[in-house]
Amino acid sequence: MTDQPYNFAYLDEQTKRMIRRAILKGLAIPGYQVPFASREMPMPYGWGTGGVQVSAAVLTPTDRFKVIDQGADDTTNAVSIRNFFRRTADIEVTTTTAEATVIQTRHRVPETALHAGQVLVYQVPIPEPLRFLEPRETETRKMHALEDYGLMHVKLYEDISRHGHIATAYAYPVKVEGRYVMDPSPIPKFDNPKLSDCPAIQLFGAGREQRIYALPPYTSVISLDFEDHPFEASKANYPCGLCGAEDSYLDEVITDDAGGRMFVCSDTDFCETRQAAGHRGKDAA
Amino acid sequence: MSKQTHSLLSVRDIAKHYGSHIGCTDVSFDLYPGEVMGIVGESGSGKSTLLNCMAGHLTPDDGQVVFDTRADGPRDTVTMSEPERRMLARTDWAFVHQHARDGLRMGVSAGGNVGERLMAVGARHYGDIRDKATDWLDRVEIAPDRIDDRPATFSGGMQQRLQIARNLVTGPRLVFMDEPTGGLDVSVQARLLDLLRGLVRDMGLSAIIVTHDLAVVRLLADRLMVMKSGHVVEQGLTDQVLDDPQHGYTQLLVSSVLQV
Repeated sequence: MTDQPYNFAYLDEQTKRMIRRAILKGLAIPGYQVPFASREMPMPYGWGTGGVQVSAAVLTPTDRFKVIDQGADDTTNAVSIRNFFRRTADIEVTTTTAEATVIQTRHRVPETALHAGQVLVYQVPIPEPLRFLEPRETETRKMHALEDYGLMHVKLYEDISRHGHIATAYAYPVKVEGRYVMDPSPIPKFDNPKLSDCPAIQLFGAGREQRIYALPPYTSVISLDFEDHPFEASKANYPCGLCGAEDSYLDEVITDDAGGRMFVCSDTDFCETRQAAGHRGKDAA
Repeated sequence: MSKQTHSLLSVRDIAKHYGSHIGCTDVSFDLYPGEVMGIVGESGSGKSTLLNCMAGHLTPDDGQVVFDTRADGPRDTVTMSEPERRMLARTDWAFVHQHARDGLRMGVSAGGNVGERLMAVGARHYGDIRDKATDWLDRVEIAPDRIDDRPATFSGGMQQRLQIARNLVTGPRLVFMDEPTGGLDVSVQARLLDLLRGLVRDMGLSAIIVTHDLAVVRLLADRLMVMKSGHVVEQGLTDQVLDDPQHGYTQLLVSSVLQV
């Protein structure tokens, strides 16, 4: 323990116990939003207070921890949270997806397939998929309880009528085990198929909204769609400029003010591993 | 009515109190398939309370509302479970609010509004939903090229017609209407009434219409119920009640209509 005043992983044991109970309940009812008594964390809401609390509750001294933000290990948010748990829990950290046992993520699912024994923790800003369609929480909870999900398709209908195709590109609603409609957090819809039948445990924490929900391993997760407008896991239609990968989700990076740009893997660990193995894209130095 | 026709809706001794104040009490009647029933009365007479009790928006303190469901025959909707009642509300029932804003989703296009009930009962084919929405907009005299416009850009009369289309798209058998022509100017009212009359006759709908406008019931309703202070004071065939009112209050009501 480097910072003596703190308990292991910052939160006190009673709080972690309360959060674990919420997680267990969430795992027992896949996709159901379990209310929990979210604590103040030493970071602003919107920076991952929900994810951090879930991570704190599941971390053990032998875990190896990885944090990604939009797929990257080296952004402010990712570095800060990684350092936070290195200081308060004195655990090993890593950037390699395959070696990590707990991965906290914001807005992406790692490209490398997860394996059994791993825990993926999502940071969730708005857990309620029906929020912008029905503003009343009392009503949305009733709609979940009664499986009254016609409204969700109204949103997709509006997309098609306005844009000619389903234009929702992130936070794309899914149906879990044929029961609850769930917001998969703002991951690109490219990542939606990775949620289904995943061997790892997936936990979702929303700190400000005080909700936890979860997907146990090998849960069926179906993206909602229309028969004549089926779901499509879309991405930018280019290979990665650095590693040449054709099948990974890409970020568009503006390189100068004359229209120059390049597409690179948003998952930095995936991209670096491929480059180290000798793969090269057209923009690689 | 002949013995072999089952009543579609059978209301028995409905009562609703707001504390010591009476909302409505001792209301009983039968509604037969294809029949339109008017409920008239002054403001505060309990007609909207009664309508909301029948439509499941309010829980009555006492009484039964037995509806002849397609699947299981007559069922009391008051003691029915919430999911069953909601299922009824989006398939066999329709509710037309006085203010179209209460019944429409103002942030969703006209097509989405009409399609919502279809999607709620499991329609998952965009093309089909859109075709049906276009067809229904046409039936309520809204130009099909307005299908992607939001109701906020519609006039009051168009909003009301859109609300009717949205409600009738799943082919309900019973329509509850709460002052459907309230707040519309007279020429728009006339068109709306004409439209409603056509739809009710074509689709063989049963309807319960709450209004304080006697002209509306004269045009649409087969039977009439007059309410005062939460009680039904007179009921009978519309023309009979309006032309030969028996109860003092009904006589007052009929004589209060301004003649132009």
